[in-house]
Amino acid sequence: MPVEYLKETPSQTAGPYVHIGTLPGHAGLPIRQNETLNVIEAPGEKIVIEGIVIDGSGAPVKDAMLELYQADSKGRVGANTLWARAGTIFETGEWRFDTIRPGALEWRGGKMQAPHLTLLVFARGINMHLHTRMYFPEDEAAHATDPALNRVEQVHRRRTLIAEKVKDGHYRFIIRLQGENETVFFDM
Amino acid sequence: MTTSPSAADARRPDFMKRDRSWHPPAYTPGYKTSVLRSPKCALLSLDQGPGEKTGPTFRADMLHELDNDLISNFASATGSTGLAIGERIIVHGRVLDEAGRPVPNTLIEIWQANAGGRYRHKKDTYLAPLDPNFGGCGRCMTDENGYYFFRTIKPGAYPWPNHGSDWRPAHIHFSIFGEAFAQRLISQLYFEGDPLIPLCPIVHTIADERAVQQLVAKLDMGEMRPFDCLAYRFDIVLRGRQQTFFENKREGM
Ligand SMILES: [Fe+2]
Repeated sequence: MPVEYLKETPSQTAGPYVHIGTLPGHAGLPIRQNETLNVIEAPGEKIVIEGIVIDGSGAPVKDAMLELYQADSKGRVGANTLWARAGTIFETGEWRFDTIRPGALEWRGGKMQAPHLTLLVFARGINMHLHTRMYFPEDEAAHATDPALNRVEQVHRRRTLIAEKVKDGHYRFIIRLQGENETVFFDM
Repeated sequence: MTTSPSAADARRPDFMKRDRSWHPPAYTPGYKTSVLRSPKCALLSLDQGPGEKTGPTFRADMLHELDNDLISNFASATGSTGLAIGERIIVHGRVLDEAGRPVPNTLIEIWQANAGGRYRHKKDTYLAPLDPNFGGCGRCMTDENGYYFFRTIKPGAYPWPNHGSDWRPAHIHFSIFGEAFAQRLISQLYFEGDPLIPLCPIVHTIADERAVQQLVAKLDMGEMRPFDCLAYRFDIVLRGRQQTFFENKREGM
């Protein structure tokens, strides 16, 4: 029997006030103030990921909301706790996640992916959220066989997906929306 | 507490490709902020792996019973019984996937301006006043049939700087998770009959008028509460999985 498909609801920008619905404390609402959605508590090595989103003029995006989804330390996904959300600091555009180092996640057909975090970027002026990944600089050997990194034809652009190590367990990841060194965004 | 049998989820069929021509493109100069915030390189197409075919799960017991009642939830959080000012409405509907199957137990978050068009947000300085009894933040889970329900007030239109002062039609922002991160979606609900809809540069980021119509909630007199509130119906469609010969059987197992 032929299946009649519906069309997906079209996206619209999350707008400048996305934080009211997603991070009400961050927006300044006196509710749900005990929520710390940018912190993942799970077994494993604690790490800090901090960064900034930069627009096409080189200016920080100060009103974004980011979501993170990742494998646990054993490389498994699906656990409720391994999702997080952060708002940018309105004055500087800086954001931060406190999480654990993910294990290598399986790929299709039993192949392996290099350890990575999935990041979604929502903001005013972004009509549909942008989907990227952050990899760790010390996993070079795994990067060589990672299916996503290897799909990036322009080899120099692969670097846009690899964080900078600030110190042990502390990484910085710059997301460039446009221009030189524009971050690779996925359609998956 | 985790509920996700991730290995099983990851083995289910892939989600269909997004029809990017139905969604707004990244670069939409009529909406000026998009000009510097739109990637210029093509998105990189990649098959979905377990990290895309699974997603965070939320449980109803994480929510407060008034989370879906924006008329009373803000005052209630501060121990007051005050009610929000504005046209009292119900917004309700179902979350389905592209194959028409309900998406149960998924989190919906909404946010909106008050009846005067003012957001309760640090960065909103519009001259319309805050309503002491309105926060504009709500959430709920769909039930086992994908059905959801909010009670709120109709938000006001508000001006914003774009081509001089543009005006946003009354709208409610929606965030939906679905059962996998590949289905993640944030959008906006508009109200049937609003003359500002065709004038809005953000609405016009969507090229296809039929897609715009999908964002317009319809007045639903069948669900209005007599002497209490009007109702609007708004169904949401998330990406569906590719159909396979075994899919129907597998769903029933
Ligand atoms: Fe808005």
